[in-house]
Amino acid sequence: MSADSIRETVTKIYEDINSQSLEKGDVLINTLHAIQDHYGNFIPIEAAEVLKELTGTPLSKIYEVLTFYTMFSTHRRGKYVIRICKSLPCHVTGGQEVVDALKNSLEISFGETTGDGLFTLEETSCLGLCGVSPVMMINDEAYGNLTKERVSEIIDSIVSRERGE
Amino acid sequence: MPAVENTVLICAGGACISAGEKSVKEVFEDTLKKYSLETVVRVVETGCMGACDLGPILVIYPEGVFYQKVNAENAAQIVEEHILKGRVVERLLYKGDTGELKTKPQEELPFFTEQVKIATRNLGVIDPLSIDEYIARDGYFALHKALFEIGPEKVLETLKKSELKGRGGAGFPTWMKWDFTRKAQGDTKYIICNADEGDPGAFMDRAVLEGDPHTIVEAMTIAAYTVGAQKGFVYVRAEYPLAIERLTFAMEKAREYGLLGNNILGTDFSFDLEIRIGAGAFVCGEETALINSIEGKRGIPRVKPPFPANKGLWGKPTLLNNVETYANIPPIIINGGEWFSQYGVEGSKGTKVFALAGNVKNTGLVEVPMGITVRKLIYDIGGGIPGGKRLKSIQTGGPSGGCIPLEHLDTPITYDNLKKLGTIVGSGGMVVMDEDSCMVDVAKYFLEFTVEESCGQCTPCRDGTRRMLEILERITEGEGTMEDLDLLKELGENIMATSLCGLGQTAPQPVLSTMRYFWHEYEAHVLEKKCPAKRCKPLMRVVIDKDKCVGCTACARVCPVNAISGAVRKPHEIDPEICTRCGSCLAVCRFNAISKVSP
Repeated sequence: MSADSIRETVTKIYEDINSQSLEKGDVLINTLHAIQDHYGNFIPIEAAEVLKELTGTPLSKIYEVLTFYTMFSTHRRGKYVIRICKSLPCHVTGGQEVVDALKNSLEISFGETTGDGLFTLEETSCLGLCGVSPVMMINDEAYGNLTKERVSEIIDSIVSRERGE
Repeated sequence: MPAVENTVLICAGGACISAGEKSVKEVFEDTLKKYSLETVVRVVETGCMGACDLGPILVIYPEGVFYQKVNAENAAQIVEEHILKGRVVERLLYKGDTGELKTKPQEELPFFTEQVKIATRNLGVIDPLSIDEYIARDGYFALHKALFEIGPEKVLETLKKSELKGRGGAGFPTWMKWDFTRKAQGDTKYIICNADEGDPGAFMDRAVLEGDPHTIVEAMTIAAYTVGAQKGFVYVRAEYPLAIERLTFAMEKAREYGLLGNNILGTDFSFDLEIRIGAGAFVCGEETALINSIEGKRGIPRVKPPFPANKGLWGKPTLLNNVETYANIPPIIINGGEWFSQYGVEGSKGTKVFALAGNVKNTGLVEVPMGITVRKLIYDIGGGIPGGKRLKSIQTGGPSGGCIPLEHLDTPITYDNLKKLGTIVGSGGMVVMDEDSCMVDVAKYFLEFTVEESCGQCTPCRDGTRRMLEILERITEGEGTMEDLDLLKELGENIMATSLCGLGQTAPQPVLSTMRYFWHEYEAHVLEKKCPAKRCKPLMRVVIDKDKCVGCTACARVCPVNAISGAVRKPHEIDPEICTRCGSCLAVCRFNAISKVSP
């Protein structure tokens, strides 16, 4: 990932989004989402420099936004980001047990990535799936009615799928 | 083409999808193909049917047979038995309390029959991706009526008569917001839909966006026409990718049909919408923080006044409503204000969607007239508490709300009544908690949330909530003093009085509310160093009853930290120094020999 390729990619993403936008106001957050999706779960810090030039926004303002929102990461994350819900409805229906099971089976804690680069474990506030709590999301996919056993099955199936490829 | 003999509705709400709906649909369709039935059986994915605990749900018409908890293994059987042979698959039917089978619980259970669906009228009924189905259910009729029959003044009058109040939490009269923005000076105005649903335990906005996205497009277009706006934004949280996908699709279709974009329905009126995605910040649910976020800035609240109606997005007059509020607009315009206000009670008119979650039998979404009692909502509609446990309290309004204890179960739910009890209706989340919940732990849990989500702009919220959390941590670890309790209360009141935005002004509520109703639990933690619910780990131990233990070793094998020792067929023992109180052993003991104690 060279500086030139980042420049090229970020410029293209920004121009795409800007041309689709209704209002020529700020599209910084949407752009950051697209950059993060492109690089797979993280935003290379060099992208901020490029955005500074493209938008004329001071670098401090871009960092401000980049670090304020919990979904943006400037650190490389796993291919699968697991977000486990830490809100009350999940808590009162056995959420802690599921959190412990995830930590045990991945052998990582919140904010960490597994050695093979596959999984990053994060906490999230309510995912709005309280009817089937406890709940987690793996990238864009949600999993409900979690138990210790179901967590292991889900993780195992991803691992075996990845190894099979 | 052969005539369709069966229509199968599969609930594709977020909850059912996360419970395995996609694989159910795949197997179901594959099996239809196997028997060459795909042309006579129409499979439709609908929005949320509401009964999340029964998901994945599949309803077969014309009979209306309701299958619950369908999975990839038994989906094929429904095709082979029901569709092919006309035999109902009994083991997938809903079973009542006494085990009786119910073929059509949607026509029998209070969970379904007590509901009055206005905002959620199309959920679970139509295919959210079909604009034609939306139109067939009177969709875009309200827009047509506003544009060609009644005009903006009459729209406002209708809203005023309906007495609809904002369903996002604050409960401000909707017509007034619209009126302020209409009267505000300026040619450029904006419409915003707040779809940054963040209150833990509330998920109605998600369900509406996923299950009936056109209602939001239509309502926002009516709003734009009424106040004189040209552009609108829907601010959706990034945690709701499905909602974003379906709403995007709905907007494209609406443009195609001439219902959005330039010259709507052939008139001079033009309006277009864009989706802006959040990035994981609860505070963005606050309207001015949300506006900052749309502008591409950090989501920190602005000082009010000026209110968004006069100075909002990019400094222009802006109308901001939440998803559920918008979802009520089209039916109100079609049926009139009095029609809506016939439901509900004085001061709280119409219906409200409540989200039932936590320790309640029937979890999911229900829309009922305001003024329903808490007891009716939890017991008749919610089916009571599972597992033979006793109800302890109901948390409403998320981190901005408080709890309703047992003694107030007969309170009719209205904005005023809940305020008197020290909580709020909020966005309608109801987290039901049974006797195993510790109310000090719950208060601590909410404070952890607020500390995490405080934007950091003002001191009372940023530092004050952290100090409150530290005190609560001390209490739940058995280190608290009675002075701590006084300090907690004082701090809470100060934070509420001096914070900048709604987040800080309400953050201490869960603590103050639990202190008001569960003072004895706080006292037990402080004076007796006891957690009555045996939830706070430092204040409890897990022990084995020597008389009941048969030495089967099941517990020792499951213990993740090897804290359990003992010979085979001899009573076992737990080393409290090693034990992490995870409870794994409790779950596997078949002799009821293991229990939690709070010394």
